[in-house]
Amino acid sequence: MDQLLQHLVNTLILGGTYALLGIGLTLIFGIMNVVNFTHGALYTMGAYLMYLAVTALGLGFFLALPAAILGGLLLGAVIEFVLLRPLRGSDIDTTMLVMIGAGIVLQSGTLWIFGGVAKSVPTPFPDAPLHLGPVSVSWLRLFVLGAALALIGLTYALINRTRLGLAMRATFQDHDTAALMGVNVRLIYTATFAIGSSLAAAAGALLGPVYVVFPQMGGLAELKAFAIVILGGLGNITGAAIGGFILALAEELGAGYISSGYRDAMGFLIIIAVLVFRPTGLFARAERIG
Amino acid sequence: MRKPTLYPAMMSSLALALTLASGPARADAGASGAGPIRIGVNEPLTGPFAASGTYVVNGAKIAADEINAQGGVLGRKIELVIEDNKSNPTEAAAVAEKLITSDKTPVMMGAWGSSLTLAVMPKLADYETPMLVETSSSGKITTTGNPYVFRISPPSALEAEAFAPMVGKIGLKKVDFIVINNDWGRGAAADFTKMLKDKGVAVGLVETMDQGAQDMSAQLSKLKGSDADTIMITAAVDQLTLLFKQMSALGLKKRIITTGGSQNPDQIIAQAGGAADGTLHLTTFLPWYPDRTPNPKATTYFIEEWKKRGFQFAGVTESFRGYDGIRTIAQAIAKAGSTEAAQIKAAFWAVDFTGLNGQIRFAKSGPAGRESGQSKPDVYLIRIESGRVVMPEL
Repeated sequence: MDQLLQHLVNTLILGGTYALLGIGLTLIFGIMNVVNFTHGALYTMGAYLMYLAVTALGLGFFLALPAAILGGLLLGAVIEFVLLRPLRGSDIDTTMLVMIGAGIVLQSGTLWIFGGVAKSVPTPFPDAPLHLGPVSVSWLRLFVLGAALALIGLTYALINRTRLGLAMRATFQDHDTAALMGVNVRLIYTATFAIGSSLAAAAGALLGPVYVVFPQMGGLAELKAFAIVILGGLGNITGAAIGGFILALAEELGAGYISSGYRDAMGFLIIIAVLVFRPTGLFARAERIG
Repeated sequence: MRKPTLYPAMMSSLALALTLASGPARADAGASGAGPIRIGVNEPLTGPFAASGTYVVNGAKIAADEINAQGGVLGRKIELVIEDNKSNPTEAAAVAEKLITSDKTPVMMGAWGSSLTLAVMPKLADYETPMLVETSSSGKITTTGNPYVFRISPPSALEAEAFAPMVGKIGLKKVDFIVINNDWGRGAAADFTKMLKDKGVAVGLVETMDQGAQDMSAQLSKLKGSDADTIMITAAVDQLTLLFKQMSALGLKKRIITTGGSQNPDQIIAQAGGAADGTLHLTTFLPWYPDRTPNPKATTYFIEEWKKRGFQFAGVTESFRGYDGIRTIAQAIAKAGSTEAAQIKAAFWAVDFTGLNGQIRFAKSGPAGRESGQSKPDVYLIRIESGRVVMPEL
């Protein structure tokens, strides 16, 4: 029982950051239809920006976090502006190849600049964990959960409650009509990619201090982000948020009670099941076609 | 269309070119002739083991420079042909093939990880080219009958054997394992389990983690609930750091012993801080106490040279293997009096000198007629105490 409780607490904390990763990618992959292979690299970038802001700039942990997220936003905007804007209208394979190349450049760039030795980000939180009966959780992880939930809420509000969000939804529903209604479509594409990227960077900046920061940390994170997006249904933000928690639960319970060797396979088993039984994702609503 | 139509094609070919980019083509100097003698080095310079592989390569360069400063081998300089196996077994095999067929290296060193080395081994037999194995510790490497393999790192069974006399003194009762899910980790769990059971110590859970995994809370929560007094861990330094931090976050307090020789204790101290206090580690090199190593003079020279080149001290527990590996290969070439693969392979059996972690001398291992070479290095137990490395008196 104690073990189950601990697994559930772990799930909650892991799920928060998985949800962030998933929402960021679903904006780009699901809504913009760009198979974004830079998502993992942006996660890594967020962690390195956090590391730089805390150690080299001496910004302090709580200021470094928004700085890293802002860095991710800018980097995302640059990637969209330089690589994706000229490719709009070309087929999905071309875009995908370019994004694979960009991902490799970003990953090798971090390896080149920072070297392969992992870095650790100092945090202001105490080493001793918080004990809640039989369950222990570190203060840092609690903060990560809180910050992740806040960012998810913010993104949700941005998409559903602001004019920018309205313009985004309009653009991806019908690009031409939105343009005719006076929406600056090119700006919306850049903004969407930048926001999606900043969420990946946020996940990296939050998890970097929890784990260690190294150039390849984004690889597995990216695969999991794709898993979450498929789980929740392409472009479905609520689905991606819930998908993040479901993936975390499957990994925790799978590793805890079935076999830890297959921990990272659990998520992909779920995806296969989802694709077989509910190809549009777990949370797809009935949709009118035509 | 106002959009330049060539752009997409250009971008995709750029992406492809980046993916396929390989090392520069080299003029074919061959194994014979008057040019430098080429030694292939097959190490992970990118991917999860990038840090360790880079350390080994830097150690190898120190050995090559030292040998060349003393006049080289057979009157010729040696040249390291260094290739990145990307921490990926498929790449490691491809790198070996490239080194042998395109660079014509008559002997190689590699490939850090056990899974990487095992992937290379069939190529050694195909091309009849010997390889010095500097780091890998899976038992399979020297027991499957590949006569082209010469290993200076201890297999897990040797490590377990060296640890056996300490088991009673530490007072182990029941041990759980958490190991990296590959040939190295699973091999270590199997060999240590066998030794512990022979000693009457109970073995409980054997948990595994993926080589790129960062969150082991699930496995650790399970270990926390077990009744074992000790957890033995086999993983490289980055995952060890994560494990110690996550154990402390979960309030998991048990005796910890790590194996495998890729712990880099100084990096653990720097990154895990207090979470690493009290942990025990089986290592194969003692850079903290050069006077207690088998060859204090060589150890001191190596550490001085390492520092002079501006590398982090934490790396020496990995890089000394690259240094000893190249020195072993150089001695084999000198004893062979030839740069032919077959002669070098035969001469490995005559190598005999004191390396940084013990006598390097190959004993036969594996099925008769097809034996691999296995040297027997020293194994030490160290403890991290208040951010320092100490040797517990046992």
